[in-house]
Amino acid sequence: MTDGKEAREAEVSGGGPLVVLENVNKFYGDHHVLKDIDLTIHRGEVVVVIGPSGGGKSTLCRTINRLEPIDGGTIRIDGKPLPEEGKALAQLRADVGMVFQSFNLFAHKTILQNVTLGPIKVRKADKTEAEQRAMELLERVGIASQAEKYPAQLSGGQQQRAAIARALAMRPKVMLFDEPTSALDPEMVKEVLDVMINLAAEGMTMVVVTHEMGFARASANKVVFMADGQIVEENTPGEFFTNARSDRAKDFLSKILTH
Amino acid sequence: MNWNVLLDFSPLADNSDKLLSAFWANIRISVTVGILSLVLGTLITAMRVSPVRVLRVAGAFYVNTLRNTPLTLVLLFCSLGLSDTLKFRISHTPSINFFWLAVLGMSVYTAAFVAESLRAGINTVPMGQAEAARAIGLTFTQSLRMVIMPQAFRAVIAPLGSVMIAMIKNTTVVLVASYYEAASLMKDMFEQYGATLPIFIGFAVGFMCLTLPTGFFFNWLAKRMAVVR
Repeated sequence: MTDGKEAREAEVSGGGPLVVLENVNKFYGDHHVLKDIDLTIHRGEVVVVIGPSGGGKSTLCRTINRLEPIDGGTIRIDGKPLPEEGKALAQLRADVGMVFQSFNLFAHKTILQNVTLGPIKVRKADKTEAEQRAMELLERVGIASQAEKYPAQLSGGQQQRAAIARALAMRPKVMLFDEPTSALDPEMVKEVLDVMINLAAEGMTMVVVTHEMGFARASANKVVFMADGQIVEENTPGEFFTNARSDRAKDFLSKILTH
Repeated sequence: MNWNVLLDFSPLADNSDKLLSAFWANIRISVTVGILSLVLGTLITAMRVSPVRVLRVAGAFYVNTLRNTPLTLVLLFCSLGLSDTLKFRISHTPSINFFWLAVLGMSVYTAAFVAESLRAGINTVPMGQAEAARAIGLTFTQSLRMVIMPQAFRAVIAPLGSVMIAMIKNTTVVLVASYYEAASLMKDMFEQYGATLPIFIGFAVGFMCLTLPTGFFFNWLAKRMAVVR
């Protein structure tokens, strides 16, 4: 695991910027949820976003594929600014994988159909090839035997792994994880984190909003600490957990790490 | 009191061939209207949830207008207004012309109710389903067609059954659009035999033969197709 991370760090230093947020601002009515956010995510980098609830972490994650439109600033993916709406935006979203807190698997489709829908309808892939690749991905996340079942028949951990497979099926440039383990029973957290750790080790560019400090320590290249809509601190995980620079982060860590 | 007339079912037996062909007219109208109103109602619903404001307003206007106009008026507009006054003829054969005018009037009317049911169905589909659909790169239309609508439909199969039952019973109103069906025959039989109880019962049972199975079918389908969350 650590070897993978070190190998990747060498790679990361060579990879150019993939996702660049500049001076991003967002309001919900009068509530200023994102304040002058500047963040660069390099190719192959794993960025973990942590911080107190209501601090804007999820909103930040969701602006990257424009599930939340922004009110100011720019977001560029692979050099191109995010399109406003329509076909161009759909094309861009196909390149950005997203994993939600509540899985959001299509309830009326089987696990296999969930994974093949995007490749067939968006990438215009051949059905047989799409199914073959979907089965490989389901194998990789360990739920190939559940392929013909419907989402409601699976446990939360299995559903979330299926959702990861669905996102990977699009061959995304970057994966966004919006609190992927927060809705899971404790004993299912590990199976999902293991999949994510493997993904990180394989060099996937990832933005992960999470409360899982273990994952941050094991896989992150960078920790972004957010509070009150601002990025308070950007640091390496090693530095952040042992020697955080900001008082706000120290206060947050003292509350979660003492238990 | 003449009890013989009250319990005499012979007028029904004597006219059994007319009865069958009259009810066959209701069945043909019902099936055609059922299909057309589902298609039209789905389109109206798609307009009502679309990101384009003009379409949303047009969809809402359609539903509110048609849903709040008596069916008799809609049908009279089709027969008298379209056909007689504006000379809009679908066919030169009167029976075919009035069949399609009746179908047109009933379809645009029923579609408003289908659209309202479906919109309620869309509200049962969690927001996350649409977000996940957009996140894998489906366009708005694709998300609606492949993810949202299939789930919305499944949620409202039973209420759609009620809409269809109401529609089947509403076919009795097409006599104002000059199309001959069961209600028209009943009126003629009343004139010939008097408004006797057996004739009422006969026609009521005739309609139940159409509506009860429809209800059972939609309830069965609703259970079979239900989406488990």
